[in-house]
Formats: sequence, structure tokens, C-alpha cells
Amino acid sequence: MKGTYLGEFEEVVLLAVAIRAGDAYGAAVVNEIELQMERTVNLGAVHSALNRLQEKGLVSSEMGGMTAERGGRRKRLYTVTAYGRRVLEEVRQLRNQMWDAIPRTAWS
Amino acid sequence: MMNPPRFATYLLHWFCPPHRAEELEGDLDELFQQRIREFGLRQARWRYVRDVVSLLRPSLMRRDKACLVSANTNNTYPKPTNTTMLRNYLKIAFRNLVKNKAYSAINIGGLSIGMGVAMLIGLWVYDELSFDKQIPKYDRIARIRRVATEPSTGISQGTDACQIPMATMLKAKYASYFKHILIGFWPGNYMVADGQKKYTQKGQFIEGGVIDMLSLQMVHGSQTALDDPHSIILSNTAAEAIFGQTDPVGKRLKLDNRMDVTVTGIYADLPKNSTYSDLQFFAPWALWVSSNDWVKASENDWGRSSFPIDVQIADNTSMETVNAAINDFYQKNSPPDFVSGARDYKVETYLYPMRQWHLYSEFTDGRPSGGRITFVWLFGIVGGFVLLLACINFMNLSTARSEKRAKEVGIRKAVGSVKSQLVNQFLSESFLVVSLAFAGSLGLVLLSLPWFNELADKAIAFPWQMPSFWLASVLFLTVTALLAGLYPAFYLSSFQPIKVLKGTIRMGRLASLPRQVLVVVQFTVSVVLIIGVLLVYKQIQYVKNRPVGYERAGLLSIPMNDPNYKGKEEVLQRELMATGVVDQVAYSSSPLTSVWNNIGGFEWDNKPPKAESGFAVMDISTNFGRMAGWQFVAGRDFSKAFATDSGAVIINETAARYLGLKKRNGQWVVGAYIRQPDFHWKRQIIGVIKDMVMDSPFEPVKRSFYFLDATYGAAARLNLRLKPTVSAQDALPSIESVIRKTVPSALFTYSFVDQDFAAKFSTEQRIGKLALVFAVLAIFISCLGIFGLASFVAEQRTKEIGVRKVLGASVLNLWGLLSRDFIILVGIAFSIATPIAYYTLTNWLQKYAYRTELSWWIFAVSGAGSLMITLLTVSFQSIKAALMNPVKSLRSE
Repeated sequence: MKGTYLGEFEEVVLLAVAIRAGDAYGAAVVNEIELQMERTVNLGAVHSALNRLQEKGLVSSEMGGMTAERGGRRKRLYTVTAYGRRVLEEVRQLRNQMWDAIPRTAWS
Repeated sequence: MMNPPRFATYLLHWFCPPHRAEELEGDLDELFQQRIREFGLRQARWRYVRDVVSLLRPSLMRRDKACLVSANTNNTYPKPTNTTMLRNYLKIAFRNLVKNKAYSAINIGGLSIGMGVAMLIGLWVYDELSFDKQIPKYDRIARIRRVATEPSTGISQGTDACQIPMATMLKAKYASYFKHILIGFWPGNYMVADGQKKYTQKGQFIEGGVIDMLSLQMVHGSQTALDDPHSIILSNTAAEAIFGQTDPVGKRLKLDNRMDVTVTGIYADLPKNSTYSDLQFFAPWALWVSSNDWVKASENDWGRSSFPIDVQIADNTSMETVNAAINDFYQKNSPPDFVSGARDYKVETYLYPMRQWHLYSEFTDGRPSGGRITFVWLFGIVGGFVLLLACINFMNLSTARSEKRAKEVGIRKAVGSVKSQLVNQFLSESFLVVSLAFAGSLGLVLLSLPWFNELADKAIAFPWQMPSFWLASVLFLTVTALLAGLYPAFYLSSFQPIKVLKGTIRMGRLASLPRQVLVVVQFTVSVVLIIGVLLVYKQIQYVKNRPVGYERAGLLSIPMNDPNYKGKEEVLQRELMATGVVDQVAYSSSPLTSVWNNIGGFEWDNKPPKAESGFAVMDISTNFGRMAGWQFVAGRDFSKAFATDSGAVIINETAARYLGLKKRNGQWVVGAYIRQPDFHWKRQIIGVIKDMVMDSPFEPVKRSFYFLDATYGAAARLNLRLKPTVSAQDALPSIESVIRKTVPSALFTYSFVDQDFAAKFSTEQRIGKLALVFAVLAIFISCLGIFGLASFVAEQRTKEIGVRKVLGASVLNLWGLLSRDFIILVGIAFSIATPIAYYTLTNWLQKYAYRTELSWWIFAVSGAGSLMITLLTVSFQSIKAALMNPVKSLRSE
């Protein structure tokens, strides 16, 4: 967790890419986030997050094949890299660790 | 209509780097189709726009990261070369600016000042031209005027003073042409009293339609707020001044201590650049009629022309139509004895439209002919010239400098630049500099606007939100940049690289010719401006020193704004004298500094049949002459010792000449009579005084009669002369306490006569100051120009100077050598400027009846001045060059 800082929204996007494994492109990620979090997100925010994730090496991308529904345009498909997966796991582990450290009396 | 908004797609195409276009467009399209199904078209289109806007971020717009994003594919979208070159041009331009700091500062600074001045003048001109335009019905409002031509002399004179029956007749017979016909009285200062609190406020009595005609924004009250004869509507400012925070509606006020009114409405203040902006209230015409017997008496009197009639023409007609209809109003509608007069005098009635009120307020032959529009033109031209000077500078310096860049051009060409690229480079450079100058000028204007507003008596705000301003600015930027950039762009780009790089290219003598012509133009304009400013100041000084015929110092004028002054005149006089601070007290029917009363119809012995019979008339109390310090050239002053003096008259010298008074031993002979057949009286002339300047000091003194008003029937002003040993601060409190005690209901206000007199120069002084500022800036800009040129020349001739020094030239020699060229140019400019200035300024002076002459020393001073300035400016550079060590200048090769 030391080297890479993962913002909250970046984490959400990274998770969405992981959920849509194999078919994760801009619009799909938008849909996924809207479905999961029940809020609207802008395409620009998602693309810029994907861009940053790629610069950090957490995802990789590749142009996919043409599809009719997009007027014959190709998609850029994102996949979570091994490093990305490790970062996600670290984040989760850190969360759990901190959850476990909460004393019981804190909730009463 | 199942398409996304087209402009958003265009926007995307415009900013999106090509390697991202496909995926982004695909995503947008997919989401759009999906959202149509889920939320409907409206929502989908809205979200589409939001998404496009959200994509507008630098991280997604970067083009150079293309390889990073598609690391695994070949970079199929290289960076576009045109932007690269543009960036290179900008970089080179910036480096050039930074390298020649002084030159850049002169260039950009000079252009900034020029643009700033032009912008200020532009704003001023715009403000003048938009005067009254905020009134929505501005195009349809007018004042009724008439012009009459005296059959014997053929002299036409006009007036806007009308008769009450005229308004009545217009309403009866011409109603279909007008939406409003409003008779009123001239705006004036009234004492407004709220209980014991008293204020002086300017207001107008007029019919109630004024609310609709001027589209007054009523904060309180309705459109009919002036219908009740005892109502009044106040401006917001006045209401706050009088009532503070309390609700003013329904409050009672007293006007001039004799008219009771109730506040029925408050209107939002009118914008400052409007005729009505200085009015603080409107009161109903009916009240004015019922509280003034002379107005009531003139309700059916065609002989009493004392009232302005303002009209708004009907919506379905035009000014021309109405003008044609009312042209022969008097011939058709006035009583029979008037009709013949109207025919003889060819009386024409016409509309004086609101759009002319401000700019065309001077009349020749009874028709609007000019006025402030002259200044609008004058300043417009000056602004244009200052801007021209700045542009000339800019062009001169850019072209002079650009020759130094011949090597750069050679290398660029050798490397493969084509001509069009070089043209582009020099043009974009000039655009950059002009844009920087524009930013600078905006700053200058913002900084100087408050000061300028004060100087010009304006309330101009910077027009951030006016598209036409920005359009004009952009247009101007483009034109200047093109003008300044075209010459170097085309000239330099035509060099043959091989010659340039070998160093065999020489700029011929002709290359500097256009520059010299421009310098001559610059200095011609500057010299004309210097001469003009000197003359304006000389004229003001000359008129200020004009003998006024009375002593101004320590004279105090108090308006008698309360009916309770009546009958107290003698008491007041005694009490004031008893204070010991007052030297003399006198009453008069008008202040010393203006003529209120002009009466015609006088007869006298040997009156030529065609002579005009109008005279300025003032009613004065016995000791007025002593109070004012009259200088008698013949006869004597009024005196209580002569009971017959109430049938006497004192005249001024102009009147004496006009009446054809006899002279004996160079002295006027008094004792003749003037008669007034209309009123069946005659008066004997007992004295002749030196002309007393009462109206405009720029005009000839009017022929005047001074009548003795022994009963104070016409007294409207209380005039005091303070003892010279007492200061005004000490005197005023005791005077005020006397007036408060004697006439408790009056509001004590006063003015000093010398200040009132000085106020008559305010327009000329304002113009003089503005002209001075602009002239100084114009000269400054010109000097910046030759400073830059001189430094350029000195630099170019470094080697020559070195060689000359080695061969024995003295510093003085070299200084002369380098300065001579500029002196010649300024000399040429001066010889061109002199006739231009002489011609235009002689014309300007004709405007003033009392005027100074255009003496030779003005030309001498401005010629010598411009030479001095030039020498000083050039010398800095030439002496610097002449003092340089020849070893240094010759060694570097």
C-alpha cells in the first residue's frame, strides 16, 4: 500500500473493471457503478480514472472488436493487471485489519 | 430526433485527441441509446451533454501520451505538426521579447497606453452617445419648440417656452398624434421641509403622464401617483435622504414653505447619463397652477410664453408626420391678433427630439445645430490619433528590429521553411505582442477609470458584458497585429537565404524611408496637440482675467426661497449690518452671475426702425451698486435722496452704445429716456456703468437695464458683501443666526459669487484638462517611439562610431551626427503641423465672442518644446553610443 495511493473513486472504478472482467469498457464501467452504488457518474470521471489507473499500471487496455450497437466503433477493453489485483487485496486487507482493531466498546 | 445534441458532438470532435475519439464516441453513443430506453430522450440528451463536458479535462485532452495509452500498438496518430510549429513560434517570440527587454517594454508599454487612451475615449464617446437612451421611449419623446423670423432683419430665433393655451389646444385638436402632452414648469431648486427638517431638492412640476412617459420604475405607488393635486413622487435617493429608513409613503411635506404635498410614490433613481437624473422629485402641475397667481392668470393668455411642453408621440406615427402636422400650429389655432403675427414672423412649430437634447443643445437660427457633439468628434479624433501614434511606434520598432533577424530567417529557410510559414511566424509574433499590449491596456483602463470619471464628470463602468466592446477589441487587435506584422512578414520572408547568411545583404536607404515618414506623422500630430492645448489654456486664462465690472471677492448670494421674506427686507438689512461682519446688503431680482429676465418692446429716441428692442433687466435695491462695487463711467448711482429714482434706470456701456447715447468730451451724456409703450411708462437714464459680466464670460455682455426696486417687489436674492477683515468662516454663523431669527421658516443656503463665476469655466476647464492629459500621453508615446528608434540606430552604427572615434571624432561630433536625423524629421513635422493647427484652431476660436488671439509665441513654444523633448530623448541614446569605448565596439566580430 506504500507505493500506490488509490483514491476512493479509483478503487470503485478498479472494482467495477474487475466485476465486468473481459467486457470492461467505459460505458460498461459507468453502468456497473451506477448499478452498484445507485448514483449517477459522469463518463469523463470514469475515463480519467481509468487513465490514471493505467498510468499507475493497475489496469491494462486493448482495443476490442467492432460491435453493431456502437455504430461499428471499437471499444477499449480494460483488464485488471496482477499488480492491480494485489493492490485491491491490500486495500481490503488493510480495511479488515482496521475493522478488527475497533474495540467493542466503541459502538455502545 | 433520436440523435444526441449536435453541438456537443462537435465540441467532442474539436477537443478530443484522435486516438481517443473512437472509444469515447462509442461509449457516449451506447450510453445515449441505453438512456433513451431507460429515462427518455430529454434525460438522455441532457446526460449526453454533461458527459461531453465532463470529458473536457486536460488528462483526456493530452495528445503526447498517445503512446502510453496504446503502448502495445504502434502510434498511428502522430502529433499534428502545425501546432508544434505554432508553439515554436511562440517560444521564439517570447525569447525575443525577453532578450530585448527595453525594446519590448517600450513597444508593449507604448501600445498599451495608446490602446488604453483609445478605450477610455471610446467609452466616453459611447457614454455621450447613449445619453438618455435608457429611457425606453427615448425615440418618441420630444419637446415643443418654435422658431420665428423677424421680417425686418431676417434674424431667426427660437424658444422652447410655450403658452398654457397651446398645451390645451394641442390636447383638443392634435390628440391623435400624441400619447402624452405634458405641460410643466422648468426644473428648479425648491426647499423641501419635513416638519423642522429642511432640504434643497431639485424637482419639476409637470403633469402626471410623466411617470408613464419616462417609464419611471415605481418602488412605491402606482402610475397614477401624481393625479392628486397635492401629491409628490420622490426619487429613491431623495426619499432616503429625507426619511431615512422609515416608510415615506403618506408622509406630508411642504415645498418652499407654501405648498402642502403628500408623498404618494417613490421611483427608482434614473441613470446618471440622462437629462432627468438630477431631478429628485416630480410634483403635479395642478399644484403649481393653484399656488402661483401669475400662472393661474396665464392659463388663457397667449402672450405668456413661459412653460415647457414635453410630448410623447403616438405609437403609430413618426416624428416627421407630427412635425408636418404641427408646423403651422400658431397660424391655425392662436387668437386672430396672434395669427397675423405668426404669419409675419413665419412662426414654425417643431419637435425637438430627446435624442438631440444632450448633444445638440446649441441653436443657430432657432434650430438645433451643435453642442457637445463637437467634443464627441474632437475627442474621437484625438483618440484615433493617439491610437495611430501607438500603432506607428509599434510598426516602426517591429520593422526596425526585424532586420536584425535576417539571419534567423536565413537559417529557417535553409532548414526548409517555406515562405508562408515565415509569414505565419511573424504574424503570430505580432499577434502575441498586440495581445499582451491589450491585456496591459485593460489594466490601465481599470486603474484609471475612477480618476477619469471624476475628471470627465461621468459614471462610466467598464463594459465587461457588452459583446460589441469585445467585438471591437478583437477587430482592433487583428487590424493592428496585421498592420504591424505584415511588413516584416512579407519583407523578411522574401530574403534569399544564401545572401543573408553570407552577410552580403544590406538594407538600402529606402528601407528606413517609411519609418521616417511615420515619425513625421507622429510628430505632426503631437505638435498640433501641443499647440491646441496651449491655446485652450490661453483662452481660459484670457477669459478669467476679463474685467467683470464688479468686485467678486467676499460676495455672498442667498436665495430668498420663502414667502416670509416679504416685508422683512428692511429689518433683515438692519440686523445684518448690526452683526458687524457685513459691509453692504442689497436685494436683486436675480443673482449677479446670471441674467434671468429679458424684456423686449423698449422705445428710445432715434431708435432705428429695424432695431431689436430686447434688453436684460435686473431689479435692484438702492445700495446694490455700492455693494457690487460698480464703476460709473457717467452719471450717478441710485440714491434714497432722490424720490424720483424709482422712475430712473442705470444702463451699462453696451446699452449706452446701442441706444446711441451722445458723448460730450468723451463722456456719455445721461438724462435721455427709455419708453415702454406696452406698459405706458418711461424711465430716465441717470447713470452708465462699466459692463458687468453676468452670463457666459465667453460671450459679449448683454445690453442691460438696472431698475430701482424700492419696494422689494421683485427681490429674489439677498446679496451681502463681507467685511474684508472678517473671514467667511467667522461671518457665516452670525449671518445664519440673523436669518434664522428674522425668517425662521426659511432654509439658509448661500453661494459665493466668485465660486459661481468660476463654475462658468467648468466645461472649458474640463476639456482643457482632458486635452492636456491626452496631449501629454500622445507626446509620451511619440517619445517612446523615437527613443526606441534612436537606440536601434545607435546600435546599428556601433562600428561606424567606433571607427570615427578612432579617427578623432569628438563626443559632440558624434552626438550631432546621431541626433541630426531626428531633428530634421521633427523640423519637417513642425512645418506641416503649423498650418494645420493654425487653420483648425482659428476655426475653434471663432466659437467664442470674447477670445484671445493665436499668437506667434504659442507656435514658437511648441516648436521649441518638441525639439527639446526630441533632443533629450535622442541624446540619451546618442551620448551613450558616443561615449562607448571604441576598443570594445570594434573588437567584437
